[in-house]
Amino acid sequence: MNAPLKLGLKQRYSLLTSGLDWTPSYQPFEKIYPYAEFEGIKIHDWSKWEDPFRLTMDAYWKFQAEKERKLYAVLDSFAQNNGQMNLSDVRYVNALKLFLTGVSPLEYQAHRGFAHVGRHVPGVGPRIAAQMQSLDELRHVQTQVHTLSHYNKFFDGFSEFRHMHDRVWYLSVPKSFFDDARTAGPFEYFIAIGFAFEYVLTNLLFVPFMSGAAYNGDLATVTFGFSAQSDESRHMTLGIEVIKFLLEQDPGNLPIVQKWVDKWFWRGHRVLGLVAMMMDYMLPKKIMSWREAWEIYFTEAGGSLFEDLARYGLKVPKYADVATAEADHLSHQNWATFYQYCHAAGFHTWLPSAEEMDWLSEKYPTTFDKYYRPRFEMWAEMEKEGKRFYNNALPQLCSVCQIPMVYTEHGDHGATSFRVSDYKGEKYHTCSDGCKDIFDGEPEKYSQAWLPVHQIFQGNCGGAGLEDVLKWYKLNLGADNLQQAGSPDQKLWDEWMAAKDKVAG
Amino acid sequence: MSVVALDKQYADKVEIRDRLENFHGNQVVYVHWEDHLMFCAALAFPLPPGMPFGALVKEILPTYYGMHPDFAKIDWSKVRWMIDGIETSPRLEASLQDNGVGHKSIIRFWTPGLDGYKHSRS
Amino acid sequence: MPRIVSITLQNTDDARPIIAAITADNPGARINAMPGIVKIDRDDSLTVRRASVEDRLGRVWDPQEIHLSIVSMAGNLDEDDDYFNLSWS
Ligand SMILES: [Fe+2]
Ligand SMILES: [Fe+2]
Ligand SMILES: [Zn+2]
Repeated sequence: MNAPLKLGLKQRYSLLTSGLDWTPSYQPFEKIYPYAEFEGIKIHDWSKWEDPFRLTMDAYWKFQAEKERKLYAVLDSFAQNNGQMNLSDVRYVNALKLFLTGVSPLEYQAHRGFAHVGRHVPGVGPRIAAQMQSLDELRHVQTQVHTLSHYNKFFDGFSEFRHMHDRVWYLSVPKSFFDDARTAGPFEYFIAIGFAFEYVLTNLLFVPFMSGAAYNGDLATVTFGFSAQSDESRHMTLGIEVIKFLLEQDPGNLPIVQKWVDKWFWRGHRVLGLVAMMMDYMLPKKIMSWREAWEIYFTEAGGSLFEDLARYGLKVPKYADVATAEADHLSHQNWATFYQYCHAAGFHTWLPSAEEMDWLSEKYPTTFDKYYRPRFEMWAEMEKEGKRFYNNALPQLCSVCQIPMVYTEHGDHGATSFRVSDYKGEKYHTCSDGCKDIFDGEPEKYSQAWLPVHQIFQGNCGGAGLEDVLKWYKLNLGADNLQQAGSPDQKLWDEWMAAKDKVAG
Repeated sequence: MSVVALDKQYADKVEIRDRLENFHGNQVVYVHWEDHLMFCAALAFPLPPGMPFGALVKEILPTYYGMHPDFAKIDWSKVRWMIDGIETSPRLEASLQDNGVGHKSIIRFWTPGLDGYKHSRS
Repeated sequence: MPRIVSITLQNTDDARPIIAAITADNPGARINAMPGIVKIDRDDSLTVRRASVEDRLGRVWDPQEIHLSIVSMAGNLDEDDDYFNLSWS
């Protein structure tokens, strides 16, 4: 029971924020908050902001410290007990390489972004929430690096994650996604990351994938994953609060917010294609298909959310239907891409086994046997003949999402989808209507894209040959890249398993 | 429509990284073999604008597409070509430029009768 | 169509009394177990009651302790000293 005289939660929270703000007397408002108005968002009364979590600073520190204690106890015992040997299979480790190089640096970007927004929105409630989130995101990157440093002791592809994130061709996909958000104004950043990414899409990244980590024996990753995810509920709440607040404050905010929701939903959907592939192809023991995860976390959860937001006039993101249809293709198209370009990737690939292909046929009855099984069977034949297929030319990239232009036409999945825009006499190619709309909405921004393939051609990536570029990536040829079979990782794993068998007799 | 940016001069400061002059005399050309999605995307090449179209067909395409079992079966007289969305019959002896291939142009081609491994368009 | 609210908790010793309290207090709640986590869905609204968790836990429980076990949620949140509620308006 509460002690007498103790304040209630709502009172405690209002004491935290009330009086924390003040009216400036000797500096004009615009100088203190230079980013507050240029996006066209109108806020009339910041005091209407409500933070439903009502977390006071003392409680915040207490809970975060407790989370860290729990996490590090698990990491310690994972290391002590050589937990890496209990994985379902060594192929799983490749998903962690992709996670550390592609996702963890985004946590850091989120930290920077929320620190910036926390400084620049002129409302005390969201400033406190953004400040807490900024600290959380820093915690996420730190705990992820700590956790995965254990794998770095044994496996290739981990050690240069930070360097790789800034240079490697496919990592420009997540990197440019966050660069795009952080170079927008504070309100767009809030909608991009707080709402579209955290609320609408982040479950797809953290929940089924981390559950998959548990299923594949990775006690360490599941623990950091869920430790991070425990902060995520607060982040999601901030995201939904921001959007409701903006829509309630001024009717003129609706079209601006809608445009951002459309844009960031599509941007996020493209980035999450990496996760789709991790779930369907990189987890040795599958937990659910990408399609099923999409049904639960977008169609069902997003459906309820957007029905709720309809009262403000906000619509389901444009091209949500296309994204849903693409869920039947995304993971296969992405895995096929990495299969043929894994000589230039920081992780290994393989062809799905016969049992895995049957699982894929069952999960993707309308698409897998028609389009993707034949492709994999053809490559299996080529492997058997000793002619393992590597694509030796560089792919055309989308000017917006920066993914190779591998996606197919909605309605004809045997045909690549090509879109092109003209801006100041130059052609800009995009992979889809979603990406083209984004380009056409802000050609000034996207015409500046640093596209890895073009940068290689311009001689800015260490040289013209594959080996020069890999060196510039700090990617260790013959160890970090190529097939899983024959890799040093596989060799080490086979030795471990053989030693285990010997002990077991 | 003007750009939404804090800096009023933003549009004037835009730096386009893919300008033709950054490619040391080459232009970027994309090539795509339709109905053969074993090659996941169109391929990108830095090529001299004066290179004959025939060199693209005889040297570049076999090097990068030759491993597909359909490639040897192509009847080049029947191939349908499209440059930047317009169907054309390129002149092999003329340059890329003279065939209308510019910087960041895309050349797509269809090979009638050939639609990938076991007709899967892969 | 009913709007679904949802809460996902870790499948741990700390969270199991919370899961049990939710199950008892929210008729019609649908419990989905996945490796490491439990996702609980219900139409329109779902409440975690402090008293109910305390009964199962045998100690004082602050609803904000849910921060240690929560993995995800869907719905608008209302939180106070005695409850933690998710709903669509
Ligand atoms: Fe995070
Ligand atoms: Fe977050
Ligand atoms: Zn794109």
